[in-house]
Amino acid sequence: MTQQFNLQTEQQNQLPHQTAVTVTDLDLYYGSTRALQEINMVIPEKQVTAFIGPSGCGKSTLLRCFNRLNDLIEICRIEGQILLNGRDIYADNVDVAELRREVGIVFQKPNPFPKSIYENVAYGLRIQGMNKRRELDDTVEWALKGAALWDEVKDRLNDSAFGLSGGQQQRLVIARAIAVQPKCILLDEPCSALDPISTLKVEELIAELKSQYTIIMVTHNMQQAARVSDYTAFMYMGELIEFGDTDQVFTKPRLKKTEDYITGRYG
Amino acid sequence: MKALTKWMADGTPWVWLNAAAVSASILLVTGLLLLIGVRGMGHFWPLAVQEIVYTEADGTEIVIAGQVREEEKVTAQRLRESGLEVAKGAEFVTRYLVKTGNRDIGGQDFRWILEPSIKSTGKPHSMVVFEREEWGVFIGRLIGVREAGQLLESPDTWGDFQRLLGHANELRDEIRDLEKSRIGRVNYRLERLRLEQRGLELGGKDDAASIAEIENDRALLQEEYEGLEQELGDLYTKLRRDAVVVTSAEGQELELPISSIVDAFQPNQMGLFGKIGHFFHNAWKFVADDPREANTEGGIFPAIFGTVLMVLLMSVFVTPLGVVAAVYLKEYARQGLFTRFIRIAVNNLAGVPSIVYGVFGLGFFVYTLGGSLDRLFFPEALPAPTFGTGGLFWASLTLALLTLPVVIVSTEEGLSRIPRSIREGSLALGATQWETLWRTVLPMASPGIMTGLILAVARAAGEVAPLMLVGVVKLAPALPLDGNAPFLHLDRKFMHLGFHIYDVGFQSPNVEAARPLVYATALLLVVVIVLLNLVAIQVRNRLSERYRGLES
Repeated sequence: MTQQFNLQTEQQNQLPHQTAVTVTDLDLYYGSTRALQEINMVIPEKQVTAFIGPSGCGKSTLLRCFNRLNDLIEICRIEGQILLNGRDIYADNVDVAELRREVGIVFQKPNPFPKSIYENVAYGLRIQGMNKRRELDDTVEWALKGAALWDEVKDRLNDSAFGLSGGQQQRLVIARAIAVQPKCILLDEPCSALDPISTLKVEELIAELKSQYTIIMVTHNMQQAARVSDYTAFMYMGELIEFGDTDQVFTKPRLKKTEDYITGRYG
Repeated sequence: MKALTKWMADGTPWVWLNAAAVSASILLVTGLLLLIGVRGMGHFWPLAVQEIVYTEADGTEIVIAGQVREEEKVTAQRLRESGLEVAKGAEFVTRYLVKTGNRDIGGQDFRWILEPSIKSTGKPHSMVVFEREEWGVFIGRLIGVREAGQLLESPDTWGDFQRLLGHANELRDEIRDLEKSRIGRVNYRLERLRLEQRGLELGGKDDAASIAEIENDRALLQEEYEGLEQELGDLYTKLRRDAVVVTSAEGQELELPISSIVDAFQPNQMGLFGKIGHFFHNAWKFVADDPREANTEGGIFPAIFGTVLMVLLMSVFVTPLGVVAAVYLKEYARQGLFTRFIRIAVNNLAGVPSIVYGVFGLGFFVYTLGGSLDRLFFPEALPAPTFGTGGLFWASLTLALLTLPVVIVSTEEGLSRIPRSIREGSLALGATQWETLWRTVLPMASPGIMTGLILAVARAAGEVAPLMLVGVVKLAPALPLDGNAPFLHLDRKFMHLGFHIYDVGFQSPNVEAARPLVYATALLLVVVIVLLNLVAIQVRNRLSERYRGLES
């Protein structure tokens, strides 16, 4: 506990960037099992933060706390505090739908809706009440360009989204997420179902997006974390073991556990 | 021994067993459909008229003409026991069921004739089958045609008759149009006026002015009615003007007014194509005409209409109800003991005998709800009930209740097939649970909903027992959909194919005449259900095509 707290303060001093998310003493329970233990971290704004760690260590669970998707699981209970831009997102007066608009998420498997490409991107906009054709057209184009998909789909916006390849679908889902102009984008293993070329494209996209959005991603791929992210958090058995600058975590990890994982000794 | 064990182990007997079960099911179903199909279609085929000369037990020779409907072998023993004389030594005797028609002369229109008693048979070309408005068919020869009381002296009697019959049919159409639509409308409005006046009296608002107004309207309508009745009388006089002179096979001569003849044909002169043409002509009349003579003759159009309309209304009621219930159970309700209890209850509801639904419909919908509706909104019609008696509305509601479990269960299944990721994707974009449901989940569950509806339609269209209690009748005076506002009369009683089968087959005064009708009606019911289902399946396939990517 004390060790971690020190870690956090230490990091806070290190960070040259503004804070996007602050996690304080977060515990998460599924029924009576504790899935996350005393997580404390500060995630910088407009940077890419990667969560690494073995399967089942709680990376995705932590990620899904940031837009309260864990609320959907009835037996899930949360203690502690998460501040998004200084606001407690688990406070009683928070509008969850509003929060989720600010914090977009992209899942492991692309999950386009069974609608046209256009309607997929316009979905979030329509929900926000935007229904002027011109406005929609512009925003959809902007979002698809932002997700580096526009050139590939501009001639078939009204075709089903299922006709796209896996990589295209994943970029479509990213476009859908950025269309509502969130502050933060969560990526839950966004490339694990994609081929290397699509992976490369998505990684390039992530690098571009970080100029405008705070990006938090979960990945199993160590190289990817090293390539893409600015900060890396290593988690193990529901605990945050080490969190810091990516270069530092990968080249001279502070803790033995981290080093063992990175060098492939377990996990 | 080892080979046998191996044979058992590799599953071959199991495969054979499965294949056998499937073939048995297919055989049974096709057998049933074939039986219904052949017998039902047979009803429309113009059978040849045989002139048969046979001797009675006392030696007298009798000539009859008719269509051989059936042929069967009976034991001589059985015939002897029933008092018929059969030649000694004969073990089996063939006998024929002959449809002789002419019920007005002979009193019966079917006759069994033993083969040994037949002296000669023939198929004279001059034999005509007349279909009549009453007394069933007349089989005999056409002797002459009487136009306006004058016997026509022309060589082409058949041609003259056809001409007059065509003329009569036109008149008949005019009469039907006049009676059903124009006079019907006047009567409908007169009845409205009566109810209006009664309503005013009940409300204590029957001041002189409004009564005078009603009286005025009534006088106008009465006048219109008298005019129409005059017109109708003229038409009837014209229709009754002509007649034909015919003789039966026995030689009895009589005159049939043309107005009593619906159709006539000479089966013995027809070639194969003529018969095929007549077959389709008959089939069409069966589908498009109203029934005659206690449903044993004529068509079944009102029954088809009633069945389809009732099923459509049922779908309109059951779909929203079932979907809403399923959505609540699956999406909103907290999963626990209570929802499990509700699910068990819903599943058991599907197993309740349908007659119980009928009793419930009668007790709750018709008497309680209908009775209250009548007291509240239609007091002027009392004591005659408006909604307080069986009708289309209550029948559709009762069947909607009956099919509700099916729709709930398959909608729930459809809902649970939608991947979690789609819901989360929608929620993650800031949609509320309701928006997620409405914009993605429900459209994606629509193939499941349609599956439920398909099952519901199949069940509802074939149901008879509950309908007998809540609104189906043997003969409905008017269709539930017509040109009088409000056009769809939910309070009217209606006819139904399933009930028609029961009524014609088992409640009919003329069993032999009704039997082919039972098969034909059953065939039509099957066809209607298949058509309704095909439409629903088509819709479902379109929907699942749209949401195809789900499965991957």
